[in-house]
Amino acid sequence: MAKFTPHRTLDCRGDACPMPLLKTKKAMNDLASGQILEVLGTDPGSKNDLPSWAKRTGNIYLGEEEEAGGLFHFYLQKK
Amino acid sequence: MTDSAESEKAPGSLTLTPELAAYLAEQVRLQVEEELRKRGLESPRPKRVALIASKGTLDMAYPPLILATTAAAMDMEAAIFFTLYGIDIIKKRTCSDLKVPSLANPAMPVPVPNIVGVLPGMTWMASWMMKDWMKKGGVPTIPDLLDMARENGVRLIACQMSLDVLGIKKEELIDGLEFAGAGAFLDYAAEADITLFV
Repeated sequence: MAKFTPHRTLDCRGDACPMPLLKTKKAMNDLASGQILEVLGTDPGSKNDLPSWAKRTGNIYLGEEEEAGGLFHFYLQKK
Repeated sequence: MTDSAESEKAPGSLTLTPELAAYLAEQVRLQVEEELRKRGLESPRPKRVALIASKGTLDMAYPPLILATTAAAMDMEAAIFFTLYGIDIIKKRTCSDLKVPSLANPAMPVPVPNIVGVLPGMTWMASWMMKDWMKKGGVPTIPDLLDMARENGVRLIACQMSLDVLGIKKEELIDGLEFAGAGAFLDYAAEADITLFV
């Protein structure tokens, strides 16, 4: 069960660097402050890239969940 | 949603949910930033990335474009200065058809003796293989990255001297470029936080 209730889910499954980050940036632009974005992804590099992105852009990286089979759910909150 | 197993009891009767913890962390960060601003310790200027792309092969076209588009997504300023053979990355005719060298490339996934690398068709094969992995791996193409760079405000600067010595006309290049020389690049790079030569 997800720890966070996202306002929007972004599908980045199958995408590799730099796409998850570029798509996340675009998707976050459409959210309001405090809203939560869920990013679905299969790129393990995103585990490091998305927290770094959040730190640089002032957004909040809430955490990730990994499913069997290498599917990740990343949760980010718009500042 | 509250996951009670993961929550901790904060002082008083407050339940420290992940959302609340994140909110508090954010408030602290904003307060610290505000204090730093008051003391004049924080520069309002965004971080700046200045890259030079000097090679016209497929493998060398990726790093500057990936870094620049990512920098833009991270709220940084970014510019790529295309010089000498790097101009091929921004030529209409070649940008979608860059090649990987099959000669003197010990990193080829299928180890190929150099003597085989000189055979006709080997460069085509090496290039096709790399494009195929990139496609299967979910990495965008060079033309896609060029589009994303321009959409996100990355400055693409063509070296005027290179165009002159290589006899390349501006009409042969993709749209949305700037044209400048070493002086303009250094002026931009002098204020940069990250500078890389590719």
